[in-house]
Order: sequence, then structure tokens, then C-alpha cells
Amino acid sequence: MREFRMPALGADMESGVLAQWLVKPGSAVSPGDIVCVVETQKGAIEVEIFEDGVIEEILVEPGTEVPVGQPLARLDGGPAAAQGAAPELKPMEPQAGRPADVQAAPRSPAAPAGPPPEPRARPARALVTPAARRRAAELDVDPETMTGTGIDGSVTLADVEVAARRPESVKRPPQELAPEARPARGFDKSAMRAAIAAAMQRSKREIPHYYLGQAIDFSAAQGWLEARNADLPPASRLMPAVLLLKAAALSLRAVPDLNGHFVDGAFRPGKDINVGWVVALRGGGLVAPAINGVDRLPLPDLMSALRDLVQRARAGGLRASELSSGTVTVTSLGERGADRVMGVIYPPQVAVIGFGRIASRPWVVDGQVVARPLVDASLAADHRVCDGRLGGLLLAAIDRHLQKPGEL
Amino acid sequence: MSSPAAHMTLIREILAGIAPEAADCDIPGDADVREALDLDSMDFLNFIIALHEQTGVDIPETDYPQLFTLDGAIAYLGQHDRS
Amino acid sequence: MTGAGPLTYREACRQALIEALESDPRVFMMGEDIGAYGGCYAVTKGLLEQFGPERVRDTPLAESGFTGAGIGAAMVGMRPIVELMTCNFSLLALDQIMNSAATLAHMSGGQFAVPLVIRMATGAGRRVAAQHSHSLEGWFAHIPGVKVLAPAVIEDARYMLGPALADPNPVLIFEHVMLYNDTGPHDPSVTEVDISSAAVRREGSDVTLVTYGGSLRKCLAAAGQLAEERISADVIDLRILRPLDSATVLESVRRTRRCVIVDEAWRSGSIAAEIGMRIAEEAFFDLDAPLRRVCSAEVPVPYAPAMEDAALPQVDDIVGTVRQLLGKS
Repeated sequence: MREFRMPALGADMESGVLAQWLVKPGSAVSPGDIVCVVETQKGAIEVEIFEDGVIEEILVEPGTEVPVGQPLARLDGGPAAAQGAAPELKPMEPQAGRPADVQAAPRSPAAPAGPPPEPRARPARALVTPAARRRAAELDVDPETMTGTGIDGSVTLADVEVAARRPESVKRPPQELAPEARPARGFDKSAMRAAIAAAMQRSKREIPHYYLGQAIDFSAAQGWLEARNADLPPASRLMPAVLLLKAAALSLRAVPDLNGHFVDGAFRPGKDINVGWVVALRGGGLVAPAINGVDRLPLPDLMSALRDLVQRARAGGLRASELSSGTVTVTSLGERGADRVMGVIYPPQVAVIGFGRIASRPWVVDGQVVARPLVDASLAADHRVCDGRLGGLLLAAIDRHLQKPGEL
Repeated sequence: MSSPAAHMTLIREILAGIAPEAADCDIPGDADVREALDLDSMDFLNFIIALHEQTGVDIPETDYPQLFTLDGAIAYLGQHDRS
Repeated sequence: MTGAGPLTYREACRQALIEALESDPRVFMMGEDIGAYGGCYAVTKGLLEQFGPERVRDTPLAESGFTGAGIGAAMVGMRPIVELMTCNFSLLALDQIMNSAATLAHMSGGQFAVPLVIRMATGAGRRVAAQHSHSLEGWFAHIPGVKVLAPAVIEDARYMLGPALADPNPVLIFEHVMLYNDTGPHDPSVTEVDISSAAVRREGSDVTLVTYGGSLRKCLAAAGQLAEERISADVIDLRILRPLDSATVLESVRRTRRCVIVDEAWRSGSIAAEIGMRIAEEAFFDLDAPLRRVCSAEVPVPYAPAMEDAALPQVDDIVGTVRQLLGKS
């Protein structure tokens, strides 16, 4: 018996409202199927399942607010059961320092009477003791952001009490509005604002940002785009943003230390280059759903992906995986934006690459000042992971790639 | 579909699909719709795509600035829409 | 016979038996070497002379047989006290204890009670190797229908026998071998004890040490050391392993929010596991640290002294575990 649980759609999500089921008991599901719609602070998200099986029981009615991790449905079957295979037998794992067999007995005279707890990988979530978690809820503070003094660095009751007395202690984002006050598939602006606030406060509190900027001559890219787009119908045309996005992704291949997550005090490089693309929502708020493997996508595919993503982000049709798979963020302000942007990193990512408006500005070519379309590229990166020299290499690589748009 | 009024209706429909508030706001004919409706580059591209698909008018990138205002867009379609 | 010196645990056990034999003619004893030899641990020394072979009966080495005889005697109105030399040997009588003593009241629809008391020695530390040193009281605490007592202090050694004999259920008393020479402290004003509740042996506020039997002294010593580091430990003596007094444990853990269970038995499938699970079930949200156990190494108790000591829970292990729980190691 397996359970399908409320996923965490981003680092700061604590709960979501199950809005709609797209399967019912008896439905067969396979990995990638969208099984339900969940309303979050980021709007209505389509949630995929990543297992094979048959939905046996729906555990949560639409309209219910459900904490992250709580089972939403039970699954039966699956490949093994469907084929009538016997349950997998695992070999017994040897237990270091804990002889369980007679023959092993006399060999460890110095084994402590109480064997130490097995070493375990630290979970991705913060260690907060049950008592601390309950007290934090009473005091309306967020224990996950605190420094723990307990066993394994866990946040204890005393840590919560001490933190709550500090004036700068971070209150939890306000709870979402009552369900009836929310549009079925729209955005709750105050909730989204709270979610952004929580993520950005955490970023600025925890991440020592460093910033770099570089003006890049966009004339080669612009010329190439104009020539390419001239013969194509509007739907097949590429936007400058696609070149910027692709150039950034390709450059990250050479600087993998900027692509990944910083979790539990250590950097974990991303396996793929999944770029969270910042989409501003009409009327305020933003969301940064990811396109996976951007460095491997041909430009037309990337353009389609981008259009689709922006459309769904604004209509409230993002998928759960898109909100959590990002390994880096890219933001482009577009033709009506400001000249440059210095981003705030979206934890647990370690970098955000920004592009300002592409505009005609003076540029020196062969000792002459000429007008050129320029774009200011910027990088905000996590100083815990790397230093400015590496960041500079990234911006230089982006510049190089943009000078050869035909190879993007 | 070649009258300015028909073009106006079409443009408004397309814009309302991109920016819902376009349906009930009065945009001056000489105002930049990108400003008036807070359209970004992607929105504007979608506007052009929809115009192209529904009128058959080919709108090269170099002509985009002519379609930044309602008046400009109507004039442009009047000039190029041979349907 | 009240000696002039401090009362030992052994002497307390002996006085309890004398009082039982004197006060109730239905009480008699059976066991290996309890008569002429005076008991393997000298608990019954002099009783044969005092009460005669009818009431202090040496038996053959046949635990199943004489335990069964005790059950039958109890069913027909006697109040037998059966001594099994060590709990390792009790396994030969396990069928009688589990399939007969524990079940007869149930299977007879309440027509038969089995008011039998079985005493046995338990635990390690006497350098008598793996066949005489194990702590199996947790196994017996698994069985519905019996009561399992673990006297850890002089008062309990002296006064638990009375209510055990008065109880209509079979009662097993586990006396830890390292306690027989223990001399206290004890409170002479105490003249009766219950066989239903756990006892708080030391009060503290930072951590609860839950233990019983032979490990109580180690926990009290650990609590003393921890006090020097300004860590205040509540020490709970379970006293009765079945039925468990969860309320006392939970009350303490809810106060201290941390718990270390100290049990000389092996940890897997142990009474320590049961206590930990009850805390997880009932007091999860009060916990401010993971639960921890200090138990014996999962090996047959070794013979060599250094190895035996290494295999058993020691004061340093308890202190170290508590420090770690408090994030101070």
C-alpha cells in the first residue's frame, strides 16, 4: 500500500488546498500523470504523480487545506503487484558495531553498551523537535529558520523561546484566506505576497549574496534574430529572452558551482540545468517555474516551452514539478523593464542571473564610440558556495555565447 | 473583415484574452497599449501572433512599433488586410 | 532475624519469606538447593531448619515439573513460592508459566485462580557467563495474565512479596544478582509497598531516566554525576514491568521532555522498546529530543570480566547519552 502525499511546491510551502481531483478510485496512473490540482500561494498547481499504480482511495475532499506530507490518496498495485511478483527480499544489512550474531559476539569487547544511533543522512528539512514545533506554532514564529542547539543541531524548545524573544524574529506568513474568499483558479495576492516575503526574507537572512554586472553587446544576437525572424510567421519567431536564457544555461555548464542547491550547510550541484524563469503576474506577484535541461533544448523548443510556461503561470496551470525542480533562476526584464537587475536568490538555489532591458547605448568599437544594443547581465550568487572570480567567468561565458548566436 | 470597426473589435478581443482588464477599460487610440495594459514582450508577441493568425496579415518584426497604439494597429491592418 | 548491621537486599528477601511462611500456613517454598544448601544466593539460608522440609522443599533439577506442581497447588488453594535459580533456567518452565499459569484463569472462565509466586535471579555482573547472566524479565512482561515485579530497592525486596502472594494472578519476581549484597539506603518506617506503581527515585527537570532492577543504582549514580554538570535528571524506577505504570513515566517525560531508557536486557524487542513506543504514542508532541536507550550489547553476556563490563550499560554510557541528548557532547 503506497500513499500519494501533498508535495512541497517550493521551500516555503507548508500547506495547500486540494482544489480538484482529476482521478478517482480505480483510475490507473503512471509517472507524470496529473492527478489533482492544488491551490497554493503560487496559484493553482497541477500535481503529478511519480508512481505506477491504481488509485485505491481518495483521502482528502476538494476544498480541504492539507499540510505538506499528508497523504492525499492511497495507491494500490504497481508494477510488482500487477505482475504478481513476490515482494522484494533485501539482504540483511551488516550493522557496524552491533554484532547480532553469535559468531560476531566476542569480537567487539569495546562496543559500548548502548550502541550509538545509526548515522543517518540529515533530512532536507530542518530538525525541529516536536515540542519546539508546537511551541513555535503557539508563538507564531518559524522554527525552521532558527539555529538549533540540540542534538544534531536540532531546534529545541529553548531555541524557540529564545528566538521568539528577539524582536527581529520572523513571524510566520499570515495564513491563507478562507477558501470561499479565494477564486477557484486565480491568485490570492496577499498569500502570494506572504510567500514571496518569506522566501526573500530567508534568502536575505541566510544567503551572503555577492553581485556582479557586465554590459554585453547584443548587436550580433539582435542581427541574427532579425534575420531569422524575418522569414518566419510570428508564432515561430524567437524573442531575445530565449537567446539570453539559452546563453545563460550553456554558460552554467562551465560553472557548475552556480547550478544547484545549498542544503544543510553544503552545496549539492544540480544534475541538470533546470532554469527557473521569473514570470511576473498581472496585478503583482511573481512565480519562477522551471524549464528542465535548458542547455540541451534547441531554440525553437525553448521558445515554445517559454510561451507555454508563461501562459500557464498566469492562468494558474503550473505543475508541481515545475515549482521545485529549479536549480538556478534567470530573470529578464524585457523591453519595458529597467536597465539592470540585481536579483535575490531563491533558496535553496545559489544564483540568480538577471538581464536588463536591451537598449541602444554608446559602446566603444575600435576606438570609436558607436550606438549598439546593449544588455546588462548581472549575477547574484551565494558566497558560501563560490567567489566573485567564478561568477565573473559565468558572465564572460554568457557574453561569448551571445556573440555567436548561430551556435546557441 | 476589413472595416476599421471590425478590426477594432478583433483587437479588443485579442487584448482581452491577454489582459482581462482590457475588456472594460477605455484605451485612448494614441496610447501605447503596452503601457496601458502592462503588456510585457511575451504578451505583445502573443498579440501579434493572434493578429496574424486571425487576419492572415504578415507583420514583420520591424513593423511592430506601428502596432503599439490602437490607432496604429487599426491603420496597419486597414493597410495590409486584403481579406 | 534482623542483623545488627545495615539490612542487605538478600536479608530483606529472606525476611519477606520468613514473614510469609510465618503468617500464612498455605505458603510453602519449592526450588533447587533452597533447603539444605540455603539457596544458590543464600537467600533461603536457615529456612529449612526453621520451617521444616514440608514447607521448604528441595526439588530435582526439573523446572517444568516443580513449577507445574506449584501451579496445581495454587489452583487448589495453596500459596506456593517457587524459586527458579536464575531466569535462564526459567525457560525450562516457560510452557508451564505461559500456557498454564497465565492462561488458566482465562480458560476456566474465572473458576480457577493461580495465586503462585515465582522468584528468580536475573542479570549479569557476577562473571558467570552467558548461561547464567541474562535479563529475560522483558520476555515475561510480554505475557498477559502474569504480573512481573522487579524490586530494585531494599523496601521493595522486603515488602513486595506480601501483595504478590495476596494477588490472585501468578506473580513473577525478578531479583537482580548484583543487588543481593546491596545495603541501602532504606527507610525503616516503610512497612508496605504496592505492586502497581512506578516510583520516582530522584527528581529532576532536564531528562527522565527510566529504569528498573539492577540498573537503578547506575542511573542514580549517573544522575549524581550529571547534577555536577547542572543537568537535572528525574529517575524513574518502573518496579512493575507488567502491568506497566505508563502514567508515571509520561508525567515525568512531559515535564523533562527528554528520556533515556536504561535496561540491562537487549534492546531489540525489549521492555525498553515498549516504553519508548508508549512515549512516542502518548507524549510525542512534548518531546524536545529523540528518545534514547542504553541497553546491553546484543551478544550473549561475555565471560571475561572486561568484556562483560563492556557489554553492560554503565554509568558513563548513561551520562554520555544524556549529554548528547542535551546537545552538550
